[in-house]
Amino acid sequence: MATQTEAYDIAVIGGGNAALCAAMTAAETGARVLILETAPKPYRGGNSRHTRNFRCMHKAPLGPLIEDYSEEEYLSDLLKVTGGKTDEHLARLAIRTSEECLPWMEEHGVRFQPSLSGTLSLARTNAFFMGGGKSLVNAYYRTAARLGVDVLYEAAVTHLELNGDRVEWLDYTYEGQSHRIKPKAVIVASGGFQADTDWLTRAWGEPAKNFLIRGTPYNRGVVLADLLNQGVDSVGDPTQCHAVAIDGRAPKFDGGIVTRLDCVPFSIVVNKDADRFYDEGEDVWPKRYAIWGRLVAAQPDQVGYVIIDSKSLNLFMPSVFPPLKADTVAELAGMMGLPADRLCKTVSEFNEACGDTSDFHPTELDGVATNGLTPPKTNWARPITEPPFYGYSLRTGVTFTYLGLKVDDTAQCSTANGKIKNLWAAGETMAGSILGQGYLAGFGMTIGTVFGRIAGREAAAYAN
Amino acid sequence: MQTELIQEARRQAEICNACRYCEGYCSVFPSLHAERAFSDGDITQLANLCHNCRGCYYACQYTAPHEFDLNLPKALAEVRRDSWESYAWPGPLARRFHTHGGAIALALVIGFAVLFWAIRAIGSSGGEGFYAVLSHNAMVAIFAPAFLLPLFSIGISLRRYWRDVGGKPVQITDVTAAFKRAGKMQDLAAGHGDGCNFEDEDRFSQGRRHIHQAVMYGFLMCFASTSVATVMHYVFGLHAPYGFWSLPKLFGVSGGILLTLGCVGMVVLKQKSDRNLGDPSAWGGDIGFILLLGFVGFSGLVLYALGSTSLMPALLAIHLGAVLTFFLLTPYTKMAHGFYRLAALIRDAQRKRGV
Repeated sequence: MATQTEAYDIAVIGGGNAALCAAMTAAETGARVLILETAPKPYRGGNSRHTRNFRCMHKAPLGPLIEDYSEEEYLSDLLKVTGGKTDEHLARLAIRTSEECLPWMEEHGVRFQPSLSGTLSLARTNAFFMGGGKSLVNAYYRTAARLGVDVLYEAAVTHLELNGDRVEWLDYTYEGQSHRIKPKAVIVASGGFQADTDWLTRAWGEPAKNFLIRGTPYNRGVVLADLLNQGVDSVGDPTQCHAVAIDGRAPKFDGGIVTRLDCVPFSIVVNKDADRFYDEGEDVWPKRYAIWGRLVAAQPDQVGYVIIDSKSLNLFMPSVFPPLKADTVAELAGMMGLPADRLCKTVSEFNEACGDTSDFHPTELDGVATNGLTPPKTNWARPITEPPFYGYSLRTGVTFTYLGLKVDDTAQCSTANGKIKNLWAAGETMAGSILGQGYLAGFGMTIGTVFGRIAGREAAAYAN
Repeated sequence: MQTELIQEARRQAEICNACRYCEGYCSVFPSLHAERAFSDGDITQLANLCHNCRGCYYACQYTAPHEFDLNLPKALAEVRRDSWESYAWPGPLARRFHTHGGAIALALVIGFAVLFWAIRAIGSSGGEGFYAVLSHNAMVAIFAPAFLLPLFSIGISLRRYWRDVGGKPVQITDVTAAFKRAGKMQDLAAGHGDGCNFEDEDRFSQGRRHIHQAVMYGFLMCFASTSVATVMHYVFGLHAPYGFWSLPKLFGVSGGILLTLGCVGMVVLKQKSDRNLGDPSAWGGDIGFILLLGFVGFSGLVLYALGSTSLMPALLAIHLGAVLTFFLLTPYTKMAHGFYRLAALIRDAQRKRGV
């Protein structure tokens, strides 16, 4: 085992938004900082690569954000999605601090733009990164390099040696060799465990083998497991993950934003037996796409099939894979591997249950519903009659896992015996403290930025 | 047009259309996001709107090794060059110069030869200054067609382009909008104004934008110099040679310096850039063209500096030979991009006003 000759004050595990915010903040105090990023350089940045905005409280127009977004409104938006599974103290800290983060982000190289086409509803609450999350990651790596932060790519941390109330050393592999370093402080910012399919399967059950992972294949939870095994306090439901319904043809990992499918409200969705299983028109898609991840996960083979006709094709954002296209429902069933007679029956039963569609309005809850159908479709219920017919497959796409490290308001980790003097955590790996359930667009980046900066500040104060 | 280039650009554009993260960078993305499906003409228009600033490449979460393998700047650069070759008139000439720097060098040698021959064979009928080497009438006889024929050729090409991209009758506001964007090189600045990603991976810099401005404004000043001199000659009967404080000389000398420095800077920048984010097959032709353009500026400055020495006749032949080659190759080299860019920006201004 080689021991690193260079002495670092702080080792940051991970290379995404939270890790970079921590590293920059610590380096600005004069601390010598090393980032250990397990991904190769082209894939650096973890799930931050796939993000696009930052949810930000503001009392008056700020940067690209219009009007205002108060702490109370922000918190109430959060409580709506988490159903109360939130540490309110930490949540308020994240929300309140987000306001000062936006100018800090700009100072560190991030550039914002008005909200993207199709996301106007977020113009007040979410600041969009020009070029998306990878451009933010690129800017932060530039700034970190200027501040003297060293970065090792493909450096996989295997173990932190916890001895009582402090981390003694850290082991990692790099270029085929094992290394041991003894930094004064360690910041864990290496995400959840969703890319470890075995772990996910142990937690969720067999269906998880068919789940797709929307983000990085490098969030395998190695450090998280290592710390939990040593008795570090955890938070969040260990069996749960945040999942959405995405195009079934998406790659196993890293499909990102382009694999989302927004057509469900204008469709019927069936399982592999060609039976409908849920109200497709329950609410507007941004509010429902998360539950569809679970609905699809509960179907045989964890797959769903979306059927629309030609009059709905242009009502939603184009997705990366073109739909299957057929002149008849039976032909479409053949292309999708569904029982044709059963699908034709499901479609005709649905069509017969449709009523007056003159109030149809694609962007509002229009109340155009089915009559006497189980399950019903309560909005946007228009008969599927106009060829050509189009079909997509749906699978469960995992965004992140909830299980993480429990931290206090200084981002410090602890065991049953109290605080660990030189261990902090930031980002997805501790987000379960605040986001116990559900997800709020742009809030992951808020947690990462706020707690990354806190962890960097606290670790540097300890080390210097 | 090569369908496989268009098809590859279309594949990539469809992925971009499902993502949209790059919307703020340049003119390409708002135009792209306005469509759901892309005709060959749409792809050609996007390709000519793209200024190869590369911001989208470095921001992209789907570049290789990701299986989506996006490299939009390259895909559009290839379609762009292919479109110029396909629209060029007369056709067979076009395919040599975009991809072959050697062909440009050969054309330059021929240009020199023509001028040396003209000086020897026609000579002067007793003028002053340069006209003592080659008469004014001989210069006009050579350069009037050498200027007008390429313009005619470009006109035909642009007509073909305009038809394919679905261009509409042009309003003056379309033209002013396009000139404004081109004049500031806004599409090399990114939406945030920090410049483009070129010479140092994902670092934003104004280097390429400013150097391009030096080349463009340097060239325009040289062109203005000649135009002013023509007006002075024919309208006011003021004949060359002109003194330093005359308009032709002031435009010419400062333009020549800008053009020469700009072209040298552009070659240096290009050497630092990643060739695989542009059209790799056009590398030689692009460098050859930039060197030719820079040489036009530089030889003009040398001619001015040494115009009263015995080297002047040879220098005149060399400078005018370079100018002749440059003019004649305009429709078939990177020089054509200026015309296409303007056409694309005019078309984009039309799209923005909804036609």
